[in-house]
Amino acid sequence: MAANESEVLAGLAEIVAEETGIDTAEIVAEKSFTDDLDIDSLSMMTIVTLAEERFDVRIPDEDVKNLVTVGDAVAYITKAING
Amino acid sequence: MTTLTVRRGPEFSRILGLGVARGERVVPNEELIGPIDSSDEWIRKMTGIATRVRANPETGVIDLAERAARQAIDNAGIDAQEIDAVLLSTITYPHITPGGAPVLADRLGLTSAAFDISAACAGYCYGIGQADAMVRAGTARNVLVVGAEKMSDWVDPTDRSISYLLGDGAGAVVVGASDTPGIGPTVWGSDGSGAPLIRQTASWTELRDNRDLPFPTLFQEGPSVFKWASFKMGPVALEAVEAAGVTPADIKAFIPHQANVRIIDQMVKQIGLPDTVVVAKDIADSGNTSAASIPLATERLYRDGLVTSGDLALQIGFGAGLVYAAQVVVLP
Repeated sequence: MAANESEVLAGLAEIVAEETGIDTAEIVAEKSFTDDLDIDSLSMMTIVTLAEERFDVRIPDEDVKNLVTVGDAVAYITKAING
Repeated sequence: MTTLTVRRGPEFSRILGLGVARGERVVPNEELIGPIDSSDEWIRKMTGIATRVRANPETGVIDLAERAARQAIDNAGIDAQEIDAVLLSTITYPHITPGGAPVLADRLGLTSAAFDISAACAGYCYGIGQADAMVRAGTARNVLVVGAEKMSDWVDPTDRSISYLLGDGAGAVVVGASDTPGIGPTVWGSDGSGAPLIRQTASWTELRDNRDLPFPTLFQEGPSVFKWASFKMGPVALEAVEAAGVTPADIKAFIPHQANVRIIDQMVKQIGLPDTVVVAKDIADSGNTSAASIPLATERLYRDGLVTSGDLALQIGFGAGLVYAAQVVVLP
């Protein structure tokens, strides 16, 4: 099932909000997970795992370091869904 | 045709007594943050650790094991000579051979079967699974299971991946016959594809062939280990509950390997444990003591008045290998 980036962003924002308590409105594409949202490496892994389950994709551990911003993650997941 | 005689043991086994030994020094985060350029706040946030226990330089793995073992034998109310097997779970006994178990057995005045189990942080639960099977098969009347580690011998103080988590200690139990079920089925396994995730920085032969390499110390790919433990171990724990024929509501205490409080919290979420279940968090003060962590955390629960004899505990160990093992036990 194809997905567009805004759908993925909405889903990812929900996951991040649940894990961190940050308001979904704050979770926008330009923001960096570590520098802007203050998400540490362990919370990031939780977010990645929940995203894998929600979007039915695989995100290998070695790719996680490249997901610097929310936008990077959205693009990655959207590409993985659409194949 | 000649037929062999085989033994049969009692129908059930149980843990008869518990003993522990922690490293003599309580080491607060402040003592370790310099070389890793960190802070007390960061260590607490990432791991939940305020202090870890560390042994004195002259205290070795067998010293810790012996102290815990003597206490366990005492609490079990048996004579040491009734022990038919000594299982020492350790990754920090500093000899490729002989194993630590026969040395420990000798110190206890025993000439029983004795072997080491190298299963890292799953070592204690591997030992319990083994001891349960040995007693019920008639292989041993009583089995001494010890998880003993001196992790501090193998840390690089500048390592930011694992060094500051690690502590030293030992926990021991005696497993013996029982009139009622005392140890549930062990659910265990491995994932050797994860061997690089928790390891020593160079093998002994690599060091032998290149003496310029730094002395091997422990290292982990922290986030990957966190992901595996937090999300893959919950189902294993639930399987152990199911195999024991009980439900999470029957469990009094959840005693996971004390790897990191963030892992423990995520596991509790994943398992969906009811609020009535006490969760062991000895890691806050003892640190991660590998194979010793579950018996040490068990003792802490008793000391804090949170469990009592006869309570059901769900224990799960997981770690380098990758290996894991879980079982429900009746607390002694």
